[in-house]
Amino acid sequence: MLRDIRPALVMMLLMTVLLGLVYPLGMTGIAGAIMPQQAKGSLIERDGKVIGSTLIGQNFTGDRYFHGRPSATTDTDPNDSAKTAPSPYNAASSLASNLGPTSKALVERVKEDVARLGGSKEKPVPADMVTTSGSGLDPHISPAAAALQVARVAQARGLPEARVRALLAAATDDRTFGVLGEPRVNVLQLNLSLDAVK
Amino acid sequence: MTVNGWIQILVFIAIVVALARPIGGYLDRVLEGERTFLSPVLGPVERGFYWLSGVKPTENQSWWAYCGGMLIFHLFGFALLYGLQRLQGMLPFNPQDMAAVAPDLAANTAMSFATNTNWQNYGGESTMSYLVQMAGLTVQNFTSAASGIALAAALVRGFARAESRGIGNFWADLVRVTLYVLLPMCIVLTLFYVWQGVPQNLSPYVEATTLEGGKQVIAQGPVASQLAIKMLGTNGGGFFNANSAHPYENPTALSNLVQMLSILVLGAAMTNVFGRRVGDERQGWAILAAMGVLFVVGVFITYWAEAGGNPLLTALGVDPSAGNMEGKEVRFGEALSALFAVVTTAASCGAVNAMHDSFMPLGGAVPLANMLLGEVIVGGVGAGLYGMLLFAIISVFVAGLMVGRTPEYVGKKIEAREVKMTMLAILCLPLVVLGFTALATVIPAGLAGPANAGPHGFSEIFYAFTSAAANNGSAFGGLTGNTMFYNSTLAVTMAVGRFAMIVPMLAVAGSLAAKRKTAVSVGTFPTHGGLFIGLLVGVVVIVGGLTYFPALALGPIAEHLAMLAGSVF
Repeated sequence: MLRDIRPALVMMLLMTVLLGLVYPLGMTGIAGAIMPQQAKGSLIERDGKVIGSTLIGQNFTGDRYFHGRPSATTDTDPNDSAKTAPSPYNAASSLASNLGPTSKALVERVKEDVARLGGSKEKPVPADMVTTSGSGLDPHISPAAAALQVARVAQARGLPEARVRALLAAATDDRTFGVLGEPRVNVLQLNLSLDAVK
Repeated sequence: MTVNGWIQILVFIAIVVALARPIGGYLDRVLEGERTFLSPVLGPVERGFYWLSGVKPTENQSWWAYCGGMLIFHLFGFALLYGLQRLQGMLPFNPQDMAAVAPDLAANTAMSFATNTNWQNYGGESTMSYLVQMAGLTVQNFTSAASGIALAAALVRGFARAESRGIGNFWADLVRVTLYVLLPMCIVLTLFYVWQGVPQNLSPYVEATTLEGGKQVIAQGPVASQLAIKMLGTNGGGFFNANSAHPYENPTALSNLVQMLSILVLGAAMTNVFGRRVGDERQGWAILAAMGVLFVVGVFITYWAEAGGNPLLTALGVDPSAGNMEGKEVRFGEALSALFAVVTTAASCGAVNAMHDSFMPLGGAVPLANMLLGEVIVGGVGAGLYGMLLFAIISVFVAGLMVGRTPEYVGKKIEAREVKMTMLAILCLPLVVLGFTALATVIPAGLAGPANAGPHGFSEIFYAFTSAAANNGSAFGGLTGNTMFYNSTLAVTMAVGRFAMIVPMLAVAGSLAAKRKTAVSVGTFPTHGGLFIGLLVGVVVIVGGLTYFPALALGPIAEHLAMLAGSVF
């Protein structure tokens, strides 16, 4: 086995140089040159300031905007650095709730959210509006969850509902090639198109 | 379940099967040392590697020499990754000023990536510098995957060769798989992922001002280059904490499809390599068919369980038509989340695009069971094939017992030594899984881990040790694993799960290679037909079932029954 020490060590170092430096740095250079927008994180700028990324959900609470899904991300508690506090859509620290299907905490949280949205057994709410996503940064909601919010947004902005509904339709993506994934609405892009309405 | 959901699943399966043979042919040429279309470019690099490290690639190593080289190589990988994490604060490519990783976490992570497990007791974007992600984690992703394929190739040579002293050359296998298979495929995949929206940069995290005027810090990094090998090498360790549920790590349904294909494609192709080597491709298809049966059953159960929604939430006024959406992303929905969960645990990948911890009790039981069965359904690159071939040895042994003949498999007599070594490899998994799970459920340091109460809490612990032993790396993520107890016990479990299986497996390879080929006679049990496939599936399920049913009953099964009764914990 002693005679394996040199090959093992040299191989590991060569692999590290090739696969750990040449490959990722080379790919960074190439990707940045030919697809700079994506390589830099699909960022959106408005008036010269970065306002987010098309791929990363944001926290919306006001009536004037469509809301995304609940988010389980956290951040360091400002009062006690050993703890964490809820911080929805914290894109520096993705996190899911990891609550199991029989969790009391899950059932209580959902009960509260259903009540807030005015849902009931007879008038159920879309599941994505009361469940947290896998990343805590889901940029999308289902078309059903968006439809539920049209009246509120239209009223808050003083726009006709038909206008808001048209913007929603334009922001709805169907399945890729008609087959892959699920129909979805990018919340940030929909809200940007609302802001663009004069 | 929807028609569209099943179309997606069937399209996926069809592509995997269609790719198995062409990629198997290419892999076979690479592993046999033949020229490929990349040789003009990569040949000099390959020879440079051999020259600098002083190895003779044509040397036919005994199983023991092959094994020794592999073990020392990974020991250096472990040490290097540990060192990089401990020193990252002083090294370049660290725009977020990440401090040194704590010793127990660094050791756990180093073992995790050196064994192709990629269990993560840390969140990538909040713990690791770009240098560690690239020169540490990405490198181990490549090398552990290449070594898995090399080991499977060694076992295949054991079956294919007659009266041979050796099973090939570890260094040649390692270098050739890395240069001719993994690296070129990853270069193409990286560009594809960037096109779909996966970032690839070295910038500091971006500070955005949201539409409502809030501040949002958005993590960045060289994500795509690591993602490519993470999936192709069935490693599964996410660049970000949320893994492939993170919209930067899996932005679209198309990137999701390609990620799932990358997980299975090399593992499926290895079955074809096996068939080609033993001179009868039907032998490879039979193994793939047995894997396929177990796979489809798993997908059906998980998809069914998830698509029905959570009855406890339906009772509160949640529409069940979209299924159980807790921990899932809208762009994937139920079909792609369920399929991904089965794919990632059928192979020893462990990447996730939805949180298994929030799956329905039976939906989460399938990933768990897939790992408990030893990840023989396609499996990790290489690891799945050698796992399944060990079960094939048990199957022909059982068949031999039934008719009173010395069992044979693809022309090799299976005798006492092979069966003993195979059982050793198969039994080391339950030993660490059940042993450590039992320990963790009785001592306070173990009980401090689970985030959920009741049977689900038990499932979290059970899943963790299963995932570590099977070198999978997916998690019921609620478990707080970054403690001295879990960091150390899980690291031991990962090492046993990888190396305690490999050493006896290579011993089998060595002893098979030395044997003469026996001629096929009328008494030979055909191992390419339906009867053998059925027997193989039966052996896998019975061995797994007998070993783990009691533990499964305490976790997912108890939770399912409690849920139907309306209990919460």
